[in-house]
Amino acid sequence: MTTDPRVDETTATAAIQISDVSKTFGRGDTALLALDRISLSVAPGEFVCLIGASGCGKSTLLNLIAGLDTLTSGEISTGGRRVALMFQESALFPWLTAARNVEVPLQAAGVPRAERRQRVADLLDLVQLSAFADKRPHELSGGMRQRVALARSLAQDADVLLMDEPFGALDAMTRDLLHEVLEGIWRRRHLSIVFVTHEVREAVRLGDRVVLLSSRPGRVIGEFDVEFARPRGMDSPDTVGLAIKIKDRLREEIMRHGR
Amino acid sequence: MAVDTPPEPAAALAGLDQLEQAPPQQARRHLGARIWAASWPKLLALVIALAFWELVYLSGFKHDVLAGPAATFSSLWDQLHHAQLWSALGTTLRRGVLGFALALVIGTVVGALVSRIRPLRAGTGSLITALQTLPSIVWVPFGIILFGTTTTTILFVIIMTAAPAIANGLISGTDYLPPLLLRAARTMGLRRLALYRHVILPATLPAYMGGLKQGWAFGWHGLIAGEIVVLILGQQSLGVLLSNDQDQSDFAAATAIIIVILIIGIVVDMLFNLVNNRIRSRRGVAQSNA
Repeated sequence: MTTDPRVDETTATAAIQISDVSKTFGRGDTALLALDRISLSVAPGEFVCLIGASGCGKSTLLNLIAGLDTLTSGEISTGGRRVALMFQESALFPWLTAARNVEVPLQAAGVPRAERRQRVADLLDLVQLSAFADKRPHELSGGMRQRVALARSLAQDADVLLMDEPFGALDAMTRDLLHEVLEGIWRRRHLSIVFVTHEVREAVRLGDRVVLLSSRPGRVIGEFDVEFARPRGMDSPDTVGLAIKIKDRLREEIMRHGR
Repeated sequence: MAVDTPPEPAAALAGLDQLEQAPPQQARRHLGARIWAASWPKLLALVIALAFWELVYLSGFKHDVLAGPAATFSSLWDQLHHAQLWSALGTTLRRGVLGFALALVIGTVVGALVSRIRPLRAGTGSLITALQTLPSIVWVPFGIILFGTTTTTILFVIIMTAAPAIANGLISGTDYLPPLLLRAARTMGLRRLALYRHVILPATLPAYMGGLKQGWAFGWHGLIAGEIVVLILGQQSLGVLLSNDQDQSDFAAATAIIIVILIIGIVVDMLFNLVNNRIRSRRGVAQSNA
């Protein structure tokens, strides 16, 4: 693994260090505690999946890590690493072709034109969409759009990739293939990934670690290390076995709210 | 670091990609065929309108003044062979283009300011919409008081009718900016000018173009209305010709001028639709059939 000059060595032990983070929306009587003293550390190159029922503040946490929102208390450090965020919808610019969409972050970063062209071509090749460089988002399928969005995130030269249910709207076949694509890219690029999903087997399929959050307020209530070898199948006995265990724990948590 | 090579599921993914592509659209027809397909319903409508007009004429209704299609088109033909119509047309179009250009600048600046400054948006948004509902003719007395019977008054009428529509297009475009795109832009580090260039301007373009089209239509109304009332000595214009025909009760000549005005309106509208449809099809939004 190469050392990144951007990364501050003193905090380099963790790619993301979340310490005692709380987030409250609103004020006074109507204030809503979304996250309650969350602490979580993601190692460089680690793939962490966040899972929880509705209202666990998964998306809120990603927004906080990405710096899109301010936290109420606590601290989040990414040690100077660059963070990219992907959503369930591709959020591609509909007026640009796939290639031009991937190029936007490079333009924003002031990369010279010739180098931009080359990097866009490489990134589209990486997500296997070279043949579709000149298509506009509406001409692509949902899975292809997510791959363009992934390439666009990678164009931000990010070390940390935050993914908010990125494959939630895709059919099972496409999703399985995208798991393989994402896993391949994660390995080659030594990315640290925080992947939010509500699909337990997907979390087990992808994560080095699955972190379980409670709902209202969001708290870390369980962590599961996934130790069996990659690539894992969504339907392999190992995956299903651990998924059942996590689901049971999740169900306990949900039932607590019904009482 | 090793060169990135595609991960393993390449073949399956390539297969899915091919399957998920929409089946190839039927080949675009020949240009002539497309023009015919777009124009024959309009021609049919025209024939029906002319037939109705001819019937009214034949019925003898107001037979002392009413002219039929034959006399009208013969008057149009005559006028097309005289410099007067062409010079009038030139003056009117010059005013239209100049007035629209001014309205474009003013409407765009006002629209951009109002859409960016929140209190201004709350305060003036409805005012701009209210301006749009004013009939264009009300600006004529206003303009004459301010500027007298001059070209400035006519330009003023165009600006007052066209600029609010243009500003409104831009404002509604920014009102409906998709929040998700803005969030994505922020995570990509797009700020200020770059945010405008890469996201806000292109995202508002369809609404802005809609505003321009409407602005032209309103401005065109204002222009002709202004020309009929604001008679400037020594200057021929479509409005002046129409006004003269009215004085002479020359139905055929007046109708011929109206046909000219109508044709210009249709041609400009088609140009706007051409641009709009191009923008829409590039974004995968359904095209309008006009």
